[in-house]
Amino acid sequence: MVEEDLPLLSVVGLTKFYGRRVGCIDVAFDLHPGEVMAVVGESGSGKSTLLSLLSTQLEPTAGSIRYRMRDGVMRDVFALTEAERRFLMRTDWGFVHQDPALGLRMAVSAGANVGERLMAVGARHYGRIRGEALSWLERVEIETDRIDDPPRAFSGGMRQRLQIARNLVTGPRLVFMDEPTGGLDVSVQARLLDLLRTLAADLDLSVVIVTHDLAVARILSHRIMVMRQGRVIETGLTDQVLDDPHEPYTQLLVSSILQV
Amino acid sequence: MSAVGPTSAKGAAPPHPAAPRPPSPDGRRTGGADGYNFAYLDEQTKRMIRRAILKAIAIPGYQVPFASREMPMPYGWGTGGVQITASILGPDDILKVIDQGSDDTTNAVSIRRFFEKTAGIATTTRTREATIIQTRHRIPEEPLADDQVLVYQVPTPEPLRFLEPRETETRKMHALEEYGLMHVKLYEDIARHGHIATTYDYPVKVDGRYLTAPSPTPKFDNPKMHMSPALQLFGAGREKRIYAIAPFTRVVSLDFEDHPFEVNRFERPCALCGADNVYLDEVVLDNSGGRMFVCSDTDFCQERRAAGHAGEMLARAPSFVAGQR
Ligand SMILES: [Zn+2]
Repeated sequence: MVEEDLPLLSVVGLTKFYGRRVGCIDVAFDLHPGEVMAVVGESGSGKSTLLSLLSTQLEPTAGSIRYRMRDGVMRDVFALTEAERRFLMRTDWGFVHQDPALGLRMAVSAGANVGERLMAVGARHYGRIRGEALSWLERVEIETDRIDDPPRAFSGGMRQRLQIARNLVTGPRLVFMDEPTGGLDVSVQARLLDLLRTLAADLDLSVVIVTHDLAVARILSHRIMVMRQGRVIETGLTDQVLDDPHEPYTQLLVSSILQV
Repeated sequence: MSAVGPTSAKGAAPPHPAAPRPPSPDGRRTGGADGYNFAYLDEQTKRMIRRAILKAIAIPGYQVPFASREMPMPYGWGTGGVQITASILGPDDILKVIDQGSDDTTNAVSIRRFFEKTAGIATTTRTREATIIQTRHRIPEEPLADDQVLVYQVPTPEPLRFLEPRETETRKMHALEEYGLMHVKLYEDIARHGHIATTYDYPVKVDGRYLTAPSPTPKFDNPKMHMSPALQLFGAGREKRIYAIAPFTRVVSLDFEDHPFEVNRFERPCALCGADNVYLDEVVLDNSGGRMFVCSDTDFCQERRAAGHAGEMLARAPSFVAGQR
C-alpha cells in the first residue's frame, strides 16, 4: 500500500461529556494527506468541542485519535507524553484561531512571530531565521517592509495571514482552523479563502476546518461533516452534500434558513 | 563559610517562633540585639530557607518556591537576598554588602548594619576578607574563592516572564526545556537595534539545563558566573523564589550563531586606578559636561590605588569620587 492511501488522522468513537451535558458523541472519520475536511453546524452542534479534542486541548470521555507520525507510525495522541504532544503541536501541526490574538504574540514583531517556531526547534542563526520570515511574509502577501512591525499595527486580514505564516513555517502536515474568516469583511474573507486554498493545495496540507459558513466550506473543503446536537448527521464529498443534501436538517442549513 | 547556622549545626530543636527566646544551647550569643533571634529570622524559618537552598544547589538554575517572610525593610531593598544571608550566616562569618558595586550606598550600609545589629557579626568592604557577599547589580572584580558565597538580590527571577505572563506556562516551559521564547526576545533586540541590546539581566543557561536570570547584573559579569569557585545563591523576596549555581557549574549566555554573546567593552581604563577590563560607571563632575569613568567596584578601585596604581585623573578627582583614602 502506498503512503497516500494511509490516513494521516484516524478518529474512532470520539465522545465528550461535560458532566451530563453532551459535547459530541461517537464521531469517527479518517483524514488523508492533502485532504481538507470542513465540520459545519450551528453553535452548540459540537463542532468546537470536536476541534478542541482533535487538537488535544480537551481529553475525550471515550474514543481515540490516532496520528501518523513523521516516521510513519500511527500513535494514539493521548498516549504521547506531554513533551511529545507539545512538540507535535509546534512542528507537524498548526492551529489557526478565529481571534488572531490567541494565535499571535501581539507585542512582538511579525518576523519574530513567524520565527518563533523555528527558534523553538533549535534554529540559532538570526540571518536565516529572518530570511525564512521574509519569504513567508511574501507568501502570505504581507509587505516585507512590515517585518519589524507588531501585529497590533496590522489589519484583521493581515493578522490572519500572519497567523497562517507563523503556523506553516515548520512545514506542518495537519492544520486545524477555527472559523478562520470569522469577523472579517466580505472582500477580506474572499482574499483569505483564496490564499488558504492555494496554500493547502501547494503544500499538500491536511486541514480540519470548523465553520458555520457553508460558503467557506464549499470553497476550501473536499469533504464535509454536518453536526447537530453533538452527532455527525451527514457526511460526504462537499459538492455532493451541499448540492444534494439527504438529511432534512442539512437541507435546512443549505437552504440557508438556519444560517447565522 | 558557615553555611549552617549555630543552633542547627548542633542539631538542636528550633525555638518556637512565638515563644520567648531561650538561652542558646551551645552558649553562644543568639543575636547582637535584644528581642531578635540570631540574624533576625527564627530558626524554623531559617531551616525552611536552608532546605530551599539545598534543593536549589542540587538543581542548578531551577527556581525553588519558598515561603518568603516579611522583613523589616521594603521589598526593593532585597528582602530575598537578606533572607538567604540570614539563613546561612554563622557567628564567624564576615559579611560584605554591595549595591551597584559600591559598599557605601544607603541600601548596602543599611543591610550591613542590619546584620551587625541582629547577628553581631563582623562586616567588611574588602572582597577578599568576606565569607559572604550580598550583592545587587554586580559581581566583584576580584575573583572569588571556593570559601565564599555570593548572595544576589533578585527582583525578577523568571527570565521568560517578559513574553509569557502565565506562571503555569513558564513552569511547563522549564519542565519541558522549551526555551525558544527566550530567543524570540533576543531576535527582537537585533531586529530593533541591530545587535543584542540586552545589557542587564542577560539570560543564561545553567549546567546545560535551566534557563536562568542573572538578576540585574550587567552582562559584563556573566562570564564570572561560569565555573565560579564560589557558591552563588539568588533570592527573590516578593516573587518567593530561591535559585542557585553550585560551584564550578557551566553558565552559558544565550546568543545567535551570527550574533554571538559579547561583554560590554569600555574604551578607556578607570580614571582613578587605571584598571583595564573592569566595569566602569560614568560620574558627572559638574554642570558643564565634565565627567569621568571609574570602577563601579569601589573596593577593587581603592585596593588598587592603595597598591600604588593611578589613573589619569586620580590627582584632580574631587573627594566625592576618589573618597577619603
Ligand atoms: Zn578603578
